[in-house]
Amino acid sequence: MRYALAVGLLVLFVLAWQGVATLHSVDDLTLASPVETLHALRDDWSLLMDNAGVTLVEVLLGLAISAAAGAGFAVAMHLFRPLRDAAYPLLVASQAIPVVVLAPIFVLAFDYGIGPKLAIVALICFFPITVNLLDGLRSVEPELLKLMRSMGASRLRTLWSVELPAALPFLFSGMKVAATVSVIGAVFGEWAGADEGLGRLVLLGNNQLQTPRVYAGIVLLTLMAVALFALVALAERFACPWNRKEQPV
Amino acid sequence: MQTQAEAPATEPLSLANITRRYRRVTALEGVDLTVRQDEVLAVVGPSGCGKSTLLELIAGLQEPDEGSVSVAGATGAAARRAACAFMPQRDLLLPWRDALANAALALECQGVPRAQARRRAEPLFERFGLAEFEHARPAELSGGMRQRVAFLRTLLPGRQVLLLDEPFGALDSITRASMQRWLAGALAQEPRTVLLVTHDVEEAVFLADRVAVLSPRPGRVVAEIDVEPARPRDVTSPEFGAVKRRALEALGL
Repeated sequence: MRYALAVGLLVLFVLAWQGVATLHSVDDLTLASPVETLHALRDDWSLLMDNAGVTLVEVLLGLAISAAAGAGFAVAMHLFRPLRDAAYPLLVASQAIPVVVLAPIFVLAFDYGIGPKLAIVALICFFPITVNLLDGLRSVEPELLKLMRSMGASRLRTLWSVELPAALPFLFSGMKVAATVSVIGAVFGEWAGADEGLGRLVLLGNNQLQTPRVYAGIVLLTLMAVALFALVALAERFACPWNRKEQPV
Repeated sequence: MQTQAEAPATEPLSLANITRRYRRVTALEGVDLTVRQDEVLAVVGPSGCGKSTLLELIAGLQEPDEGSVSVAGATGAAARRAACAFMPQRDLLLPWRDALANAALALECQGVPRAQARRRAEPLFERFGLAEFEHARPAELSGGMRQRVAFLRTLLPGRQVLLLDEPFGALDSITRASMQRWLAGALAQEPRTVLLVTHDVEEAVFLADRVAVLSPRPGRVVAEIDVEPARPRDVTSPEFGAVKRRALEALGL
């Protein structure tokens, strides 16, 4: 039922898109119809897939970097109160940085390769992961911490046996947000300077007035983000079976 | 484990003239209590009389402002923590661990490897009516069962002194009555020195060898009542009613 509703809404959306696109008042260069987009997907399939592969690698590596760095940073901030007090404002500020402006600078600094893309993906994914995990580590009730202390648990034992498991669902929430914004990060990175990737293909298609190809690229980027989100949600079901509740996707 | 007879350090648990203040409030004032080997002492008192503070002081989670606490001869906070086991009102079981792993947690905290801790917990499940629930998660257990698992967690490290903080306070009255019987049976099998804090006079008289009554804040010991040693206790007997009445009178009820 859940899925039927989602599919139904999607179908409605595509129908409306087709309807608006076939209106005479809408320029073909502005809006490709779903049918044209499908044709572009078919005709440019191998070109799109090659570039999608490049973007997917950027996204996955960037996510992995930010997950590792974010987890390490959150645990360190949790264990050392002064570090948390000192670094928290910087952490928030990192999220306020306009990535669009930063991307070209990264390209200047790290060259044309995969480096600047990873840096940008990692930069925007770092915040949701770190902040959520930090909240999770602090979510343990004081009563439980007191009990651990009375049982003679060391700081690391409490972290490992209580705080980290309690924080896992929070980590996955952060990972879900990160998974969806990571794709946007990769596109920004490619726009700032790249010779391959879906983001670059979309930018190029825009310049070359290949509107259906642009839309095909956007559809693939969106699918990538949704698939990543679903993957994280699935991983959460396996990693936190005690926390299973009804969840979208 | 017998040490030379020098009172009161040889008593498993003794409090001498304990006072504890929080900013403007005095929670406990001049409390003297002693619990003998394998004796169950119940502490009853109205809400806010400092019962929980008392337990945390003994458990080494707080220090008194005045007076001294000795648990099995240990007076420092860390040494007190190592000498007694604390059971809070709520079971506080970890939802991601099964019942067996929850019971084994206290052992793991002392550095016993996980598999070994589980092996040591296993026979107790059989003995204390939890057989076949070893691998159930807390969410799959009833309130009474969860409290049993929490009690096993308290029992397993083999500490001499058990501190029970309203262990059945969160249960409905039928479950509570059956849990009181269960605990009496468990302590008959595994005698320990117990300090039981409760606001339920009947529970105190049912389970304890002696009942200490605390006054409203600041908490002071206003009465210590011996309970007849006959067990199991019959809550409908006139003797039981008489002891209960004395405790209620001491509470001013």
